[in-house]
Amino acid sequence: MSDKILEIENLTVSFDGFKALNQLNFSMEAGELRVIIGPNGAGKTTFLDVITGKVQPTTGRALFKGKNLRSKSEHRISRLGIGRKFQTPRVYLKLTPRENLDLSCNRHKNVWATLLGRPAQSERRTVAGLLDTIGLATKSDIPAELLSHGEKQRLEIGMLVAQSPDLLLVDEPVAGLTDEETENVGNLLLTLAEDHSIIVIEHDMEFVRQIARQVTVLHQGAVLCEGSMEEVQRNPQVIEVYLGQPEDSDG
Amino acid sequence: MADTSPLNAQRPRRLRQTSLMMEVGIVIVIALLILFVVPLLLTAFGQEFRINMLGRFMALAIVALGIDLIWGYTGMLSLGHGVFFSLGGYAFAMFLQLQLPEGELPEFFTLYGVTELPFFWQPFHSLPFALAALILIPALVAALLGYLVFRNRIRGVYFSILTQASLIVFFHFFNSQQELINGTNGLKTDTAKIFDVYAGSDQAQSVFYTLTVVGLVLAYGLCRWLTSGRLGKLLIAIRDDESRVRFSGYNPTGYKVLVFAVSAGLAGIAGALYTVQSGIISPKTMDIAFSIEMVIWVAVGGRASLVGAVLGALTVNFAKSILSEQFPEIWLFFQGALFLIVVTVLPGGFVGWLRTQGQDLFRSLIGRRRRLMTYPRLAEDPEVEYERQNLRN
Repeated sequence: MSDKILEIENLTVSFDGFKALNQLNFSMEAGELRVIIGPNGAGKTTFLDVITGKVQPTTGRALFKGKNLRSKSEHRISRLGIGRKFQTPRVYLKLTPRENLDLSCNRHKNVWATLLGRPAQSERRTVAGLLDTIGLATKSDIPAELLSHGEKQRLEIGMLVAQSPDLLLVDEPVAGLTDEETENVGNLLLTLAEDHSIIVIEHDMEFVRQIARQVTVLHQGAVLCEGSMEEVQRNPQVIEVYLGQPEDSDG
Repeated sequence: MADTSPLNAQRPRRLRQTSLMMEVGIVIVIALLILFVVPLLLTAFGQEFRINMLGRFMALAIVALGIDLIWGYTGMLSLGHGVFFSLGGYAFAMFLQLQLPEGELPEFFTLYGVTELPFFWQPFHSLPFALAALILIPALVAALLGYLVFRNRIRGVYFSILTQASLIVFFHFFNSQQELINGTNGLKTDTAKIFDVYAGSDQAQSVFYTLTVVGLVLAYGLCRWLTSGRLGKLLIAIRDDESRVRFSGYNPTGYKVLVFAVSAGLAGIAGALYTVQSGIISPKTMDIAFSIEMVIWVAVGGRASLVGAVLGALTVNFAKSILSEQFPEIWLFFQGALFLIVVTVLPGGFVGWLRTQGQDLFRSLIGRRRRLMTYPRLAEDPEVEYERQNLRN
């Protein structure tokens, strides 16, 4: 067993001949916080789709803690310990934040346990603690549809943590947030990084600078370069394909 | 405090238990009223035939509960519940048809020259088997169909079309098999004897009426249990965002199969109770229109509200029978209009409206202020309270 939590080997995903991912190699250590950046269409979201079982790789393989993820369905991969946050916040709108978290927190996710089981005391404590962490304690019992966009983003991250996964995949967590909310989410992720491995996909360069330790740049379905934020920013190839253009829009 | 009540869902356990006891009490009182008082009242007003009507409509309310479970809570629109309803009805009608002296065959068999009882009729000599079959056969058919459909992630409109297609298949099978189940004529039950009493007699009918009330109460209790607690929340989660549910580590297939099967089982019970009170079961209950009507009851009463489903089934059916007595030609127009109104003006059905705008309207009618939606802690905040009391213009 290696202590790599995620290894991707020669991964190719092609949709009708179009290669969304092309011979991609990637690996990360347990406990790492990794930011993946790349221009639109670089294959960032497809990359997450493969890891979480939504898309099957055409060739190559993805290993999580040494286990091959091929042809495992989404819920099995989730139970292995991979949690995913989507680009737009996806929470259950008709349920309250507490119920949202409780469903994710449930340890036994088969039909009978859910039907007959009562939430354990420890699970209730976890949920209450999480509500504090994501700053929704005062709004814990109103329908989630009444929450603001930023609150929904935080709730979804909370739902991820409630699953107690080993690896968190976070897709553009600060899209559409105000500066203050962005900083909140950044701090939340940094706190979580203390005891989780996290992959963050992000466009917002300010935000990437706030949280990034190790950055991977994707371009045309393959890894262009890897390194600290400074190294990446100095890399001429990266400047050419990515940082050069959106820099002005990100201020 | 009262102003923020809908937001205080997480009440102390003792309070929740009290309100649960209240609900149980209310349901029992209503059941007793329907059992003992309503028949007397209807008889006193010379409307005895409405007792039987009420019994049949309460049987239909059981189907409505099942439809609410699968459509209102889980978000899957089934247009094929007529199949499960009829399977339940046929199962019990077959038992009643076999209540004959040793060696005799049900009358219709001789008309078609059948001399030996078909093999699948044999077990229906037994009452326990028939009772189990009227629940389990629909439930198993639904579970099998559901498993194949849900495993392949067929959802939404495609699921609705599939259920309707299976309805047509079953209709044609039952309609054409005269030698097996009397085809289009169906099975009559009122001339059959059960425990030495004719099923159509007043005595038997009042027993069936009682059984229907008990069945409705039990069905309500079952649905109430299923929809409260984690499973109920998960059903709503599946309705709102099924793939999020997958990524949270749940496999929705099992849950959907369970709900579909329970819903079909309820339809089976309803079918049996309806059949014995109307005296016949025929392939007409597998009409496409009848299954769509079932959905209309729930839509009118209020999706995702169990009380709404029951009230919807009772009101629409009583409206139907009263209006079609008075104006036989226009009932169908009225039904269409009702559905259009509900879909466009009251998307939450009648109960949904009562819970939201209805309450506000009522409060303004009796001269009180509208409810304020606010965060509970905000309402308890002393500074906010101070502002509210002293800084109002």
